[in-house]
Amino acid sequence: MNDQRLLWAILVSLIAVVPILLSDKRPNLRESWTFIAAFLKFGIIITLLSDLLAGVTPELVLLEIAPGYALHLKADPAGMVFALLASTLWIVTSLYSIGYMRGGKYPHQTGFFASFAVCVSSAIGIAFSANPLTFFVFFEILTIATYPLVVHNRNGEAIDGGRKYLAYTLIAGQCLLVALIWSGVLVPGASFTPGGFLAGSGASETTLRIIFLLFMLGIGVKAGIMPLHGWLPAAMVAPTPVSALLHAVAVVKAGAFGCVRVVGFVFGPELLRSIGMDWVLASFAAATILGGSLRALGETNLKKRLAYSTVSQLSYIVLGAALGSPAALAGAIFHIAAHGFMKITLFFCAGSIYTRTHFTEIGQLAGIGRRMPMTMGAFTIGALGLAGTPLMAGFVSKWNIGLGAIHSGHEIFVAVLVISAFLNFAYFFPIVYTAFFEGEPSEFKFDEAGYALWLPPTLTALASLVIGIFPDWFWSFYTLAWTAAKSVTGL
Amino acid sequence: MHIPSLGWWLPWLVLAPLGGAMVSPILAARSLKASRWFGALVLLGNFLLAVGLTPFAWNQGPLHYKFGGWAPPWGIEYVLDPVSAMMATLVAFFALIAYPGATLPREDQPQSNAASFQALYLLLSAGLIGIVLTGDLFNLYVFLEISSLSAYALVASGGDRGKVAAFRYLIIGSVAATFWVLGLGYLYALTGTLNMADMATRLPGVLGSRAAVAGLSFMVIGLLIKMALFPLHGWQPDAYSYAPAGAMPFISGVMAKVSAYALYRLLYDVFLKAGPAANALELLSWAAALSILAGSVLALGQRDVRRMLAYSSVAQIGYVILGMGIGNSFALTGAFLHIANHALMKGCAFAALGAFTARTGSSDVRALAGVAKIMPWTAAAFTIAALGIIGLPPMAGFFSKYYLLRGAVTAQAWPFVATFAISSLLSAIYFFRVIESLYLKEPEQTQQTHAVPGTLLMPAMVLAGLIIVFGVFNQRVIENFVPVIIAEEKS
Repeated sequence: MNDQRLLWAILVSLIAVVPILLSDKRPNLRESWTFIAAFLKFGIIITLLSDLLAGVTPELVLLEIAPGYALHLKADPAGMVFALLASTLWIVTSLYSIGYMRGGKYPHQTGFFASFAVCVSSAIGIAFSANPLTFFVFFEILTIATYPLVVHNRNGEAIDGGRKYLAYTLIAGQCLLVALIWSGVLVPGASFTPGGFLAGSGASETTLRIIFLLFMLGIGVKAGIMPLHGWLPAAMVAPTPVSALLHAVAVVKAGAFGCVRVVGFVFGPELLRSIGMDWVLASFAAATILGGSLRALGETNLKKRLAYSTVSQLSYIVLGAALGSPAALAGAIFHIAAHGFMKITLFFCAGSIYTRTHFTEIGQLAGIGRRMPMTMGAFTIGALGLAGTPLMAGFVSKWNIGLGAIHSGHEIFVAVLVISAFLNFAYFFPIVYTAFFEGEPSEFKFDEAGYALWLPPTLTALASLVIGIFPDWFWSFYTLAWTAAKSVTGL
Repeated sequence: MHIPSLGWWLPWLVLAPLGGAMVSPILAARSLKASRWFGALVLLGNFLLAVGLTPFAWNQGPLHYKFGGWAPPWGIEYVLDPVSAMMATLVAFFALIAYPGATLPREDQPQSNAASFQALYLLLSAGLIGIVLTGDLFNLYVFLEISSLSAYALVASGGDRGKVAAFRYLIIGSVAATFWVLGLGYLYALTGTLNMADMATRLPGVLGSRAAVAGLSFMVIGLLIKMALFPLHGWQPDAYSYAPAGAMPFISGVMAKVSAYALYRLLYDVFLKAGPAANALELLSWAAALSILAGSVLALGQRDVRRMLAYSSVAQIGYVILGMGIGNSFALTGAFLHIANHALMKGCAFAALGAFTARTGSSDVRALAGVAKIMPWTAAAFTIAALGIIGLPPMAGFFSKYYLLRGAVTAQAWPFVATFAISSLLSAIYFFRVIESLYLKEPEQTQQTHAVPGTLLMPAMVLAGLIIVFGVFNQRVIENFVPVIIAEEKS
């Protein structure tokens, strides 16, 4: 029952903050601490995974933090997907960050690595939270720990981006707090339960609808559901590793994952359908999928285009959750991982290009593919995957979400997926085309920015290719996603 | 078997600092250093006594002491129940922790002033603990005046502007005290008693009379002025701004809270024991909600961080009063938890600010630009306090806000739920402005900086640590220090 590994999985990176801060003057030592913590964390989570696959759900009840609510951690399949994703990608991002921060000669690197470690800790905490209050505690710690990273450059633009980020996330936090307290008054001391715990609460439909909307306002900001997405493009002023791990993976996935938690483990798909909120959420998600893609088309700045692509892609997860059929939920949970690998690849590439050439606009990229073949090769794989090309990770999730839409009787959302796939091609392929086929014809030459900058995107691109072909490879994402979906829907 | 009564110790909680205040100037005539040490020892002994008596008050029921052996209602009675034990410990703790910094010898101050300052400081703690312990409403007035008079003098010792602020404080404070005596006069005329418990038994017959309503109103207004609830806060921003910085953790930490405690006694131990007073509580709740919002808005407009913190206190004391107004178990427990937590947070913020000011010579928000680079630990303490007051986990302030919000949701008091949420956001705005200045701005010019003595830094560090401890272990705090107050079911 009480499995201390869950606590250590969170604490490892939190404890690492101390030696990181103390090794301020010795960068190599400082980065060693990050790597030690990253590998330890990954190792712990892998051992938890093997337990989970063997049929044991690791669980840990720590001290009480409010009447009826303990600090309660549990590695269930859905949470495991998020934890695996965050801990795997922290390793590659650490390597990448070193290349990027040193290559760009950024100041304040100690604070950067320290905040990063806190963020990863809270992401794992969110993944393993077993009740709403524990979830909220880590959710808010993540908000605050991300702030120093957003304002890292200390200039006016960064400070404005930081303010916008805080305004959105803190307002959302208050909504989430009221929602969870309200649900706690209805069902005192409830933990996340597959299929939801609010079903038997006896509350009126209107009350449940209001609670659901408050929950969605609370996590919809981090999940970038339109019109709550405004902070995400503004937060792109942060250094690229931050955009990569946090604004493509940890922070936004905390929102998307929270959406799965609320739909699947607080309300349950059935209750959601009976109060008529599944349609509402699905419609918002569909609008965001299309709206985000259209906005991405209009952006000429590479990172901004990726940001809007993120907004759009996150709503695949929200849509899958809202549809609530087993396949849709499985697709949504799998997409948490799939989108993570693919999008981080793209952000890594954008950062590598920036470090090597200081190009930020798509128009400047003519011929860059011939100079930086590894980077742009990885970019192409990631882009193909996000568009949902078969044999890529993105295809697996979209296929399942599409199937789920048909199963739940909302066939119209299949059309949304198809249109979105076209839009994805429309905004990614000009980039790939420009990079490889435009500009002065020249030979391929290897003009990359150092292995720390091209190796991570290559690895993540390969990973997204591999889990597209073998969705269960190494991390067992597909099994985990389906196990979670089945538990929620009682299949 | 006869066990000597522990109640015998109660008067010493008041008599020790009171006697100390008389002996201290005599000692100071010989050696200022000796009297400073003497004062510290008295306060240390007082704190230890309060801590030592607390478990007995919890486990053996309230301790009583009858002055002069006269049984109540004729004589004056001291009572130490869990609530007053918590308040007495809190007052004694803050008196102790701020004392070294407050009594730091100042070059611009003649020795005689330093001696009287020490005596006044001891007198203030005697008065505050007296309010906490007494079970007699007139005796409470006497201690209210002892504490207020010494506070006027303490504020006046903060330079020329301090004298003006103190004069204003004196006038308004005396009006408040008059309100209290006047109201008490009505009640005494109606019931013929001054003892709280006795009055509660005699009130039911006359509760609806105009004289009783007027008496209660006057007394409540008197206390609201003393605790600076909007719009009766006029004296407080100046007093907080110009009082000696060293004494501020004590003054800002517990003074207003002791008045809030007196209000609790008056309402819950006298009037609500005698009969229902839902209207009065509702009126009080709205006044508190107004104070929360108005205080927060006024804090937004302040450039001087001391004034900002003062207005923030106007808002935060509103939290406590709103909790008492809502009046269910969660809200009441939250109110007392917030008394303790806010004392820690505001005390820490003022202590850190005092250190910044000692360093830079100004408490203007622009003067704090870049101070985090030269005072990283103090800046961290200030940030912890700020995050706590905003109400972010895992800081202490989050958990008292959780209780208060839960109380408001349970009572279905939606306007007050919104008040708590909005206030958090407003406080985030004004605190992050300071945090931005501390961490992100460059110092405007090379300022002359002065070394800051450790006695000024120590309270900030200790309190910042306690903010986290009280947050994470809030259930331990509630089991051992802040009592859960079971509200009687109101019909």
